[in-house]
Amino acid sequence: MAAFLSEYTWTWLAYIIAAMIHVGLIINLVAVAALVFIWLERKISGRIQDRLGPTRVGGKFGWLQTLADGLKLITKEDLCPDGADRFLFKIAPYVSFCAAIGAFIAIPFAGGAYPWIAQHLNTGVFFVLAVLGLEVFGVILAGYSSASKWSLFGAMREAAQVVSYEVPLGMCVVVPVMIAGSLDMVVIGDQQAGWFTNWLVFHDPFTFITAFVYFTCAMASVNRAPFDLAEAESELVAGFHTEYSGLRWSFFFMAEYGSMFSVSILASVLFFGGWNGPVPITDLLGLSGAEVGTLSWAVAQALGLANVLLKGLLGVCLMIWVRWTLPRLRIDQVMTTCLKYCTPIAAAMFLGATLWQYNFPGRAFFNLIPMSDAVLEVSEGWEVESNDPDEEEEQIARGPEETGGLL
Amino acid sequence: MLNPILANLLTEPVGVSHYVLVGAFMFTCGVLCMATKRNALGILMGIELVLNGANLNFIAFGSRYLRNDANTLGLDGQLISLFVIVLAAAEAAVALAIVLNFYNNNDSVDVDRADQLSG
Amino acid sequence: MDSIYWPSFFFWLFSGVACTFALGVLLSKNIVRMAFYLVISLASTSGLFFLAGADFVGAMQLMIYVGGTLVLLIFGVMLTSQDRFVEMRTSSGEWVIAFFIGLMLFFTLGRAAFGVAAWKGLDRETAEAVEVERTVTPLAMGLLGARVDQLDEPDAAKREGMSGYLFHFEIVSVHLLVVLIGAAYLARAKRKTGSVAANA
Repeated sequence: MAAFLSEYTWTWLAYIIAAMIHVGLIINLVAVAALVFIWLERKISGRIQDRLGPTRVGGKFGWLQTLADGLKLITKEDLCPDGADRFLFKIAPYVSFCAAIGAFIAIPFAGGAYPWIAQHLNTGVFFVLAVLGLEVFGVILAGYSSASKWSLFGAMREAAQVVSYEVPLGMCVVVPVMIAGSLDMVVIGDQQAGWFTNWLVFHDPFTFITAFVYFTCAMASVNRAPFDLAEAESELVAGFHTEYSGLRWSFFFMAEYGSMFSVSILASVLFFGGWNGPVPITDLLGLSGAEVGTLSWAVAQALGLANVLLKGLLGVCLMIWVRWTLPRLRIDQVMTTCLKYCTPIAAAMFLGATLWQYNFPGRAFFNLIPMSDAVLEVSEGWEVESNDPDEEEEQIARGPEETGGLL
Repeated sequence: MLNPILANLLTEPVGVSHYVLVGAFMFTCGVLCMATKRNALGILMGIELVLNGANLNFIAFGSRYLRNDANTLGLDGQLISLFVIVLAAAEAAVALAIVLNFYNNNDSVDVDRADQLSG
Repeated sequence: MDSIYWPSFFFWLFSGVACTFALGVLLSKNIVRMAFYLVISLASTSGLFFLAGADFVGAMQLMIYVGGTLVLLIFGVMLTSQDRFVEMRTSSGEWVIAFFIGLMLFFTLGRAAFGVAAWKGLDRETAEAVEVERTVTPLAMGLLGARVDQLDEPDAAKREGMSGYLFHFEIVSVHLLVVLIGAAYLARAKRKTGSVAANA
């Protein structure tokens, strides 16, 4: 894009404009998504509790409710309590918000040879996890700098929780990464092209369970109920953001909804096919492949974008559903869930998936079931990858010479 | 006079030297941190800075983008810095356990109070 | 005006932030602020790693150091009380000595950094021609004992010595395990024998 723009203006300006377009798209996506999700949360929670939720603002369904809330928050006074560490108090919401948005740098929204992604990183999955981990810093700084014991309690709980849940979360992420053989999210997503049987969640029983463990841990690591001990309004007033008001408070919420969205998209790319729908519509319509025109390519990519956003939305809806269904856990129950259940299960699933890969290299669960030719044709994606036994044997036989005897 | 230097800095690629200079700065900050802080956790942070400065050198010597000849460390640089990061994590774990014990005994993390052995 | 070489621009940006906040760690009195500055400094260093083409190490740096510093931060909050204990101040004499020693150290290292001709950067045409190499797979293979990046090394004797880091990797893994058990043992909550006797 920068190269295209530099034909019309100075190079440095072209780079800045291109960067600003990318950044603007990402920030707007997060902000608009947060607006929608907050409205959705109020609506769904209302329905779950047999209420109506917001109904008035913006005509039907109260769909402008969040905007009205936002206006109210902007007009509120920006308070800073006495005895607070003013600098850290003021900067903490931005730390959270930047981390939540920063994760979107490496998240792809459509794959293929020219993926729609702000920065195509070789270590995408790892980068997203690392940046999401930075979000907790804002929370802890907020809790510490507020000079309030409720805030400090919330922050300490958050720290314990997030540090512990990084372990099973990372282990769950390693499973699809191992099967795909890459940390690159575009590669992982593209491997799941075709019918939904190619999705990694259906790759084998172990990945199936891993997907659920991942989702549990992701919910805990973004502090959603039933793991929202950092807020715990029935015990800690409002937890780490007790002392915040107005716009700074809303930044924390934007960060929370942004990171909910990003872990959902991460789940969709790692387990649920990413930009590949359950049915390969683009293949059936002839929109994909190397020789299609720009317009068909753009339509296919837009379909992929819709897929990613829809799956992210579904993930967020699931989180909202869980929040309004299950009661909050106690802090010791949270740690038990992590250390006694999630971590061992994730480790066992990792081991199981490794053994699966060893016994049935490159073969998904559905490829093992004897099927009619029509279905087998569908799952060609896996066949092409590495299912040719001759080729594999060849590779193994070739190994030592190729690697110069280093193995 | 300043303008051509600045322009040159921005239009020419940086080299190993620049990376080593930044690494040296972080190393110096870390060493001074270790020397002047009386808080044990401050000393730990100084150690992190020192290791980080050293890591920066390994990465710079391993990078193909930064020097003229082919005598880079190659992947060895990155591998060694990975090991450094892992060992830094291990060191921090042990050091924090020691600090915790120290706090339990002395009610403080002031390292100047660790003078029981001085007789 | 020549067009800006963007990697250089980002190098100066990241290194400026990293150095400023490293200085912040040194000069700050408050342990939580120190931890905050340290995080920013380390995160910008990971930006420098990305710029040098070491993206896996950069992501690793973000992940591990952030987790590590997080724990430091928590300990800082837990163990450093605001006013109940004596202020841990360094005397100004020590500051002066430290400043001069630091200046000398930095001067020496800086001279060394610019003393080697081969460490000068590439010229611009060459730098723009260097193709991006992907390092994750070679790194992983290196840790597993196969140096795929050294396959085309002409010297057979050199190839022998470059058989990867599997052994070191195993040692480091076991070392980490031992260290964690040791740390847990050191930091465990000790019951005073007296109270146990009183309970009994």
